[in-house]
Amino acid sequence: MSDAPILDVRNLSVRFRTEGGEVPAVNELSFTLGRGETLAVVGESGSGKSVTSLALMRLLPKDAAVAVTGQALLEGRDLLSIPEAEMRRLRGGAISMVFQEPMTSLNPTTPIGEQVAEAVRLHRGMDGRAAREEAVRLLDLVGIPAARQRLDDYPHHLSGGMRQRVMIAMALSCDPSVLIADEPTTALDVTIQAQILDLLRRLQERTGMAMVFITHNLGVVAEIADRVLVMYGGRAVEQAPLRPLFSRPLMPYTAGLLRSVPRMELAGRRAGPLPAIPGNVPDPRHMPPGCVFHPRCGHHQPGRCDAAAPVLEPADEAREVRCLRWRELAA
Amino acid sequence: MSGFLVRRLGQSLVLLVLVSMVGFAILHLAPGGPMSQFASGSDMTQEDLDRIAEQLGLNRPLPVQYAEWFWRMLQGDWGRSFRDGEAVLNVIGSHLGATLQLMLTATLLAILLGVAIGTLSAIRRHSVFDTLATVGAMIALSIPTFWFGLVAIYLFSVWLGWLPSGNRSTPGDGSLPDLLRHLILPAMVLALVETAIWSRFMRSSMLDVVNQDYIRTARAKGVPEGRILLRHAFRNAALPMITVLGLQLPTLLGGALVTETVFTWPGMGRLFLDSISYRDYPVVMGILMFSATLVLLGSLLADLLHAVADPRIRLG
Repeated sequence: MSDAPILDVRNLSVRFRTEGGEVPAVNELSFTLGRGETLAVVGESGSGKSVTSLALMRLLPKDAAVAVTGQALLEGRDLLSIPEAEMRRLRGGAISMVFQEPMTSLNPTTPIGEQVAEAVRLHRGMDGRAAREEAVRLLDLVGIPAARQRLDDYPHHLSGGMRQRVMIAMALSCDPSVLIADEPTTALDVTIQAQILDLLRRLQERTGMAMVFITHNLGVVAEIADRVLVMYGGRAVEQAPLRPLFSRPLMPYTAGLLRSVPRMELAGRRAGPLPAIPGNVPDPRHMPPGCVFHPRCGHHQPGRCDAAAPVLEPADEAREVRCLRWRELAA
Repeated sequence: MSGFLVRRLGQSLVLLVLVSMVGFAILHLAPGGPMSQFASGSDMTQEDLDRIAEQLGLNRPLPVQYAEWFWRMLQGDWGRSFRDGEAVLNVIGSHLGATLQLMLTATLLAILLGVAIGTLSAIRRHSVFDTLATVGAMIALSIPTFWFGLVAIYLFSVWLGWLPSGNRSTPGDGSLPDLLRHLILPAMVLALVETAIWSRFMRSSMLDVVNQDYIRTARAKGVPEGRILLRHAFRNAALPMITVLGLQLPTLLGGALVTETVFTWPGMGRLFLDSISYRDYPVVMGILMFSATLVLLGSLLADLLHAVADPRIRLG
């Protein structure tokens, strides 16, 4: 890991303009990603994880209904302000993405070999035959058995896990320096999940790419992440290296997430119901005043947490937390 | 595949028999009938009429008439026209060319225009073009064909004098330019409604496809926007259009009937209308069976084409 981050996101905000008013989906989000590093972005549904990844890829609808502000520097180039033509060359090239839904993310009427080869032709200027050979190599790389024979298979011939491997082959086809993986294993069986995680880790070792890994599954986070960014209500609420975060979460929300994970060592002890965080994620149109998490927080103090909005502040040299009471709670 | 074909052809045959029964029954239940045609305005005696009825077999019970007609049809004898004694198959054959010419021209025009308009509408959704196309399609769909035909005749034939108002060619002139000049107005009028339908189907199909995950995947791969639309979206959006083609065939025959009448086009539609007013049972039944076969074959063909074009569909 060299010093300069490969991806430097500064004050990223995404707002949707709807008939019911403006909806802030992502609020002043900043994070960095080092070379070869894996950053896990976790949070419940509706916390702004996917919107963040789509905003970085500039894949949100391009119309007046979406306002994206801030900067996202990929090796110094701001993904959010470069011309569309330049962004298109980067997309699938220097920065690429794997989506959550392998069942619907592949074109149903195009053979998988062609779908992989298309990216190779577009970004690496290979001709048809060379691109096809490259597709064989990539499909082989992601562990698709008898890749050459499967080139002309259509997506519906493949299982969900195999389709996700094709998606990964496609995303890796041009040696990206950053791979955004938006819940790549959520739609898969647990055993297949483990295989895909293992595959991504091995590929990362080989290519040295950095990964933004979006998930709501803390088990997956423990498997793959170097550092974790916890999001709630479109905001970063805690950011820390993996081990400290898991052993000593500072933000009550993070602690709640960790407590709500079923643990093997407690199995069969009948320790009562699994602790869950009460309530639901806030409606982005009506964010609670003060700390956005306070209505669900077990530690909230009336008159304090619902009055002043906490800022994201450094907790030590590697961690950040957004909580008014983190010092008292940590003590 | 062959199992599918056998089953579909079997179903089609059953349907054809049902169509023939219903058609035959309705035709004979309709008031009037060929005998009153012969009786009206002629000096035939009752004995003459009885003799004709005997000759044509019209004095026998309906089921017997049907059975005999059906049995002969199976052997290829579709009967003779009451009007001029011409064999029904020959009558149909001599009108088929004109209808096919009109139908194919109009369909081709409608598909090309409709698919183009629909695709553009979907890509530039809510634009001025899309709004105009939507309003235009609504107008084309809600105003009857014959009205468009009459307006077209008034505008281009009577007022501007550019194009002939009817018929397939000028008598004595059968040259290609002459044929084309006669074809323009009826083909345009027939294509108008079809274009409206095609553009609406294509628009919604395209809108459906551009919101699919795999289009986002193509974008994430860095595929240029034009290529996304043509290579990724269009093909998937065009697939359901094959089914529309099969379903549009009956509409086209119906539309041709009106259009042919307005433009005195010597095709099957006009033959059908004339034959009905003459109570020319054999010709009416012949055209009915012929069109029904065409419609059934059309939808069968659409299914087969769909299976060829869509890798996910396997007929079994």
